[in-house]
Amino acid sequence: MNILQADHVTKRFGGLVAVKNLDMSVKTQSISSIIGPNGAGKTTFFNCITGYYPFEEGDIRFDGRSLKGLSPDRITCCGISRTYQNIRLFASMTTLENILVGEHPHLKTNIFDAIFHTPLFWEEEKNALAEARRLLNFVGLHDLGDQLARNLPYGAQRRLEIARALANKPHLLLLDEPTAGMNPQETAEMTRFIRKLRDDLGITILLIEHDMRVVMGISEWITVLDYGEKICEGTPQQVQRDIRVIEAYLGSGAASMQSSLKETGGAADGTP
Amino acid sequence: MIPKISFKNLFKPDAFRSPWKLALYFLGGVLVISLPLLKFQQGAFWVRVVGYTGLYIILGLGLNLQVGLTGLLDLGYVAFYAIGAYTYALLASGQFGIHISFWLVLPLAALLAGIAGVLLGIPVLRMRGDYLAIVTLAFGEIVRILATNLKGLTNGSQGIVGIDPPMLFGLQLKTGTHFYYLIFIFLIVIILFVSRLNRSRIGRTWTALREDEDVAQMMGINTTTAKLLSFGLGAMIGGLGGAVFSAWQSSIFPDNFNLLVSINVLCLVIIGGMGSTLGVVLGAVALITLPDILRQFSDYRMLLFGLLLIVMMIARPDGFIPAKRPPLEAQNRIDTHQQPGKVDEGAEQ
Repeated sequence: MNILQADHVTKRFGGLVAVKNLDMSVKTQSISSIIGPNGAGKTTFFNCITGYYPFEEGDIRFDGRSLKGLSPDRITCCGISRTYQNIRLFASMTTLENILVGEHPHLKTNIFDAIFHTPLFWEEEKNALAEARRLLNFVGLHDLGDQLARNLPYGAQRRLEIARALANKPHLLLLDEPTAGMNPQETAEMTRFIRKLRDDLGITILLIEHDMRVVMGISEWITVLDYGEKICEGTPQQVQRDIRVIEAYLGSGAASMQSSLKETGGAADGTP
Repeated sequence: MIPKISFKNLFKPDAFRSPWKLALYFLGGVLVISLPLLKFQQGAFWVRVVGYTGLYIILGLGLNLQVGLTGLLDLGYVAFYAIGAYTYALLASGQFGIHISFWLVLPLAALLAGIAGVLLGIPVLRMRGDYLAIVTLAFGEIVRILATNLKGLTNGSQGIVGIDPPMLFGLQLKTGTHFYYLIFIFLIVIILFVSRLNRSRIGRTWTALREDEDVAQMMGINTTTAKLLSFGLGAMIGGLGGAVFSAWQSSIFPDNFNLLVSINVLCLVIIGGMGSTLGVVLGAVALITLPDILRQFSDYRMLLFGLLLIVMMIARPDGFIPAKRPPLEAQNRIDTHQQPGKVDEGAEQ
């Protein structure tokens, strides 16, 4: 069963074709990755899924429902959420507030409840806050609830971004380079955490990542993009052996590097 | 659907939690209430000045909703003020011989200003930052020019004179003291209204919009609705201020609604501290009351005033009282105390 199905998706910026005729699918409750050199169109594809960029051709279906032409807020309400490559938190809001904003689509009180402080208002605010605190603890940011998001250390900001995305109650979570800028130890922690998201919460995960150790370690399915086109897809083992992938990353004639790449993958298998 | 309103909740003093704040508000309240009762020299003049400051605080709170909380830079706020003022002036004066009660026109004035805000907002709120500022600036000017040139409606630059004073239980409200108290009551209601909205899910969407519009939308917020709500509510407060203004002055002229009003209100929001209610109050005191206090220095008044502003902006670039975020962890503990019988499950999941 595929939760996400993209058919012949094409996105152009003027003359530049950022995503070209892309077919891909994401299995429900899988961890899948999109990899590719810089400028391959990975983030653009994320932006197409989330409705930030309208795409010209093709269709993206989520749970059988077409996302074409829907605005980002509608798509989020369908059950897709994301994080950003360069962290984009609400910097002057506290960590708890950031998560509360994420809960927004699931809250119902209206302007009158807010002004007259109806019982419904208290009830909902209390539950929302409890949920926010639960998520904060879940991502391991205990006692940082009243800190401004901008004052958090880098790794904590990444985790807060995920907590905020989780507050949307997504079925599909798009992670754009979740381990960018992290040291090996933080990276290993994040990798464990991503797996926990899927195992404990049953959320399907699609990630963009440059760290091959992470990608090969946790992905069940990998799609490789280059110049907006899908050049290969398969399990980590299949992708590592694929000659076109090696060419895209290392240039033609680098097929001899294949064995060393494999070693990296092998090492990653051992990491928790 | 009519929400269930509990009388207890309506008056629950959510803003006054800390004892220090409570004392401060109490002191301020006593001061404000007693000012007109103390018969000191030039008392009437000072009552008028403080009342006028109160009116500007109302405008500041409305603009603060748009600029401070939601980040929509509106340079034409005076337009809504003018719409409110002319609504009352036209419906309660000899201009067309219509004399409708102030209390009926007041909501209408606010509503019309709000509708103007939403209508302006629908095409304009797609723009961001500077562009929005320019379009709203133009809107403010358009309204003033219309007021000058639609002679058949507004009597042009001769203005509308002889506007009815509001009646309250048989009492004609026309002295400075009457309006002083009237404005004070409106002010409290609006402060309560704005601060409660700000600390609800609606207020959070506004702040999120201000911080990062794209991400806010990605978090499932309908940005169009949220912006229109903020813009419309801010405009409504401006319209209400305008109606009170025209009732108080009993005559209005297009010149009352020039660009300077927008700039002054924006300045008091920025100087006070964007997004902060107490900041708006202090900003209005600094910008509206202070020039009158400095009046005895006559010639040097504006110089001193300018100097003060420069020093202020260097010393406190975020304004007198920068907006604080609500301490939710701390609030949670207090909530637990305030609502006995409702055990908070938040602490343990």
